[in-house]
Amino acid sequence: MNVSHSDKQQLIVIGNGMVGHHLVEQLIERGATEAYRIIVFGEERHLAYDRVHLSEYFAGRDAESLALCASDYYAEHGIELRLSEAVTEIDRDNGEVVTDQGRYSYDRLVLATGSYPFVPPIPGNDRPNCLVYRTLEDLDAIRAAAEKATTGVVVGGGLLGLEAANALRGLNLDTAVVEFAPRLMPMQVDSEGGELLREKIESLGVQVLTERATQRIEDGEASFHRMVFQDDKVLETDLIVFSAGIRPRDELARDSGLEMGERGGVVVDDHCLTSDPTILAVGEVALWNNSIFGLVGPGYQMAKAAADTLTQGELTFRGADMSTKLKLLGVDVGSIGDAHGDRSPGARMFRYLDQIKQEYRKLVVSSDGKKLLGAMLVGDNSYYDTLMQYYSNGLELPADPASLILPSTEGAPTLGADALPETATICSCHNVTKGDVCASIDTGATDLGAVKAETKASTGCGGCAALLKSVVDHELESRGVEVDKSICEHFAYTRQELYGIVRVEGIKTFSELIKKHGRGLGCDICKPAVASILASCFNEPITDASHIPLQDTNDTFMANMQKNGTYSVVPRVPGGEITPDKLIALGEVGKKYGLYTKITGGQRIDLFGAQLHDLPDIWQELIDAGFETGHAYGKATRTVKSCVGSTWCRYGVQDSVSMALHVENRYKGLRSPHKLKFAVSGCTRECAEAQSKDVGVIATENGWNLYVCGNGGMRPRHAELFATDLDDETLIQYIDRFLMFYIRTADRLQRTSVWRENLDGGLDYLKDVIIHDSLGIADELEKQMQDVVDRYECEWANALKDPEKLKRFRSYVNDDRPDPNIIVTEERGQLRPA
Amino acid sequence: MSTATALKTETEADVSWQTLCTKNDLVAFSGVAAWIETAEGPAQVALFYLPTGPNTPGLPGHETELYAIDHHDPFSKANVIARGIVGDLKGQPVVASPIYKQHFRLKDGVCLEDESVQLRTWPVRFEGDEVWIKA
Repeated sequence: MNVSHSDKQQLIVIGNGMVGHHLVEQLIERGATEAYRIIVFGEERHLAYDRVHLSEYFAGRDAESLALCASDYYAEHGIELRLSEAVTEIDRDNGEVVTDQGRYSYDRLVLATGSYPFVPPIPGNDRPNCLVYRTLEDLDAIRAAAEKATTGVVVGGGLLGLEAANALRGLNLDTAVVEFAPRLMPMQVDSEGGELLREKIESLGVQVLTERATQRIEDGEASFHRMVFQDDKVLETDLIVFSAGIRPRDELARDSGLEMGERGGVVVDDHCLTSDPTILAVGEVALWNNSIFGLVGPGYQMAKAAADTLTQGELTFRGADMSTKLKLLGVDVGSIGDAHGDRSPGARMFRYLDQIKQEYRKLVVSSDGKKLLGAMLVGDNSYYDTLMQYYSNGLELPADPASLILPSTEGAPTLGADALPETATICSCHNVTKGDVCASIDTGATDLGAVKAETKASTGCGGCAALLKSVVDHELESRGVEVDKSICEHFAYTRQELYGIVRVEGIKTFSELIKKHGRGLGCDICKPAVASILASCFNEPITDASHIPLQDTNDTFMANMQKNGTYSVVPRVPGGEITPDKLIALGEVGKKYGLYTKITGGQRIDLFGAQLHDLPDIWQELIDAGFETGHAYGKATRTVKSCVGSTWCRYGVQDSVSMALHVENRYKGLRSPHKLKFAVSGCTRECAEAQSKDVGVIATENGWNLYVCGNGGMRPRHAELFATDLDDETLIQYIDRFLMFYIRTADRLQRTSVWRENLDGGLDYLKDVIIHDSLGIADELEKQMQDVVDRYECEWANALKDPEKLKRFRSYVNDDRPDPNIIVTEERGQLRPA
Repeated sequence: MSTATALKTETEADVSWQTLCTKNDLVAFSGVAAWIETAEGPAQVALFYLPTGPNTPGLPGHETELYAIDHHDPFSKANVIARGIVGDLKGQPVVASPIYKQHFRLKDGVCLEDESVQLRTWPVRFEGDEVWIKA
């Protein structure tokens, strides 16, 4: 660009927090860098970071991963970012801001200075190890102090206080929360909800003290501090974190004479303009309609309005909804609108309390029972989205509003997509309305994936996934689009339907299936999918003549093709337990055939670089040494990872290795829509990482806890606790049913994690089917699994016995010379592709 | 990605039919690899055998049983085409590369995902139980 600086106005933004950063993003989006030269001041040394997820800093996230943009983002857009430089004065007469490094003139100025944590005026609040929880530097200080501490107290039981308590707990401190009000989160929940919240939080080992006003803090006897309360009761602790609310950082505005609120905050109008029209304010420093908005959502809305004001746009800030859903210390808390019902005269309420499951829900409705005015949720936020739709769109409630908060075996009732107006917000993370979804369909999106890609809906927290799907399906249907779920052009069926056909008709070959129910020759989509279905049902050797043309190369040659056309070989090492003799045998094979060897993540050994014609010889030696095929090449049971368990470990409570061997030997050779990974941990320390597996088993004092549908890899998903304290037999029974139900109902190449996310009715439905046998198919699933188990045979042992099958392992049918294209080089004492 | 036929004009004298292997070496509805001698030197060929018959899946109007196509995958630069899955797309017999899954038409070697890429193909036929190729 050839525009000289003098052509541009100078825009200064004070503050580089979440809202300040969002403002810059919005300005860039509006092309404001054409009109303004922008300078941003941040007093912290870090680039704007995600304060909402601050507690993850202790869980291993660093400043860089919390950062809201790449380090060169500002420079890339020609914006000057001056970090570690605090503004000390606004000189309105000269249109300048002053820092300790100089004076900078402005044409327009935005205050995004945010807030600071309020520390109650308690004598002793300035003692060492009395800290606050707001910035990364605060967190560094807390972490440093925690190293010499065993106990910690958070003063303040609101949203941020509970966040801070979670952080202290994460630092292995014995943690207590001290709250002045009679309950936790007094802003969001009522006394019933607060009581439930207390129970849940106390069950996590966090002590909760309410109605406690701290009088003074002094030297402790057993600990560093002693807190003395109003009734002279005391509490000793090593570390205190104050989290008793926020106050706007408005001193720059105050000193420069801008109009202020009575209790602080810079007064702004709908355009986010202050009493000086050259100066704007956004976020927690700004006072709109006598309110400070202490959530990031409203701050972002102010940033958008301010960006529009600065670029002659029309968007204004007209207040913001403070509805919120949170997970604090693992406990769901949701609050919508007038959750207490104290702002709406004549309001009526519905309440539901389940003290066994520890759930509480409340509806506040208009006096005629037709409109939702507010709602409160503790323990289960799955009701939030539907209630939010009723609230924010003013929809008429069903005849019996209580049905919206009553538990239902089919999960929370979902609002019909057609009942929503165009303005209904579907995705609140990315502010996508039903109208936006419709528009993307009208301009060519023909499926859920395309709508997500275009609108970003459901790509934030994902909480709206079910709602979005129902809106997309409904809209497509109403436009007469038939959603084609055919697996490919050869079969007008889904994988699930093909599975049903194969089972019902007992079809055992691909050629019979395509003759009867398809057309053409098949392709690389339907052939492996059908091969997998046939294997799941009948478990015949995949190298049989009728099955071999269906397999991907990896299954055909029972090895994993690598990028240069060679294969890698992974023998099964059940549970990761291996004898020294077997280790030696693996070493000898690796050496003899010049294979690169590497330990896998599944506690096995991968031997790379085998040429096609070497595979049978390699496997003959492995089988002679007692190995079986590991199915690393198949969409099949891969590994059961285990820790050493109670036989060796001083913490182990069950014999995890024996269980892992049992599980692996039971399910080895099972083919499924995608690969299956398992793990068994011998105690709650979870060294086998079972919570990242399709099926995870964790030992308890009383048996085993079963987790399902976890995943590592590209899209990690924490497995969900499915059943607790199972005996060996029930554990296997549930896994049998679970796996067969997955095989029966999943799409091709759909891992259990994605399958679970798409399963209507969610985890509760899955539990009903597997545990309570709600479909009456449990016996059938178990029997089908037992058939597969009974028919297991090592595929390599089978192939080695059959000269016809071995013929397939020739690199060339008319010549014995190796492939001259495969060239290797040596690195760190091993061979690798050149 | 030079896989096009050599520019040299082929004459009858340069090319000839040669025997490759027997029917027994082939795998129905799948591929095997073989070495051939061409005018430009040795080459690796992938042979695909799609038998027709009353009890086999088939394509309407599709008679050819045997195809010979370059074994070299220009995308991965590995010799692997014979190990791909064969099938048909829009009525045309194809093989999918086992590495990055591009589809090549068996008839003329054209890549369906990038028509500027074409594998060599050779005429091939059965003589009794023997497989003959013209290269």
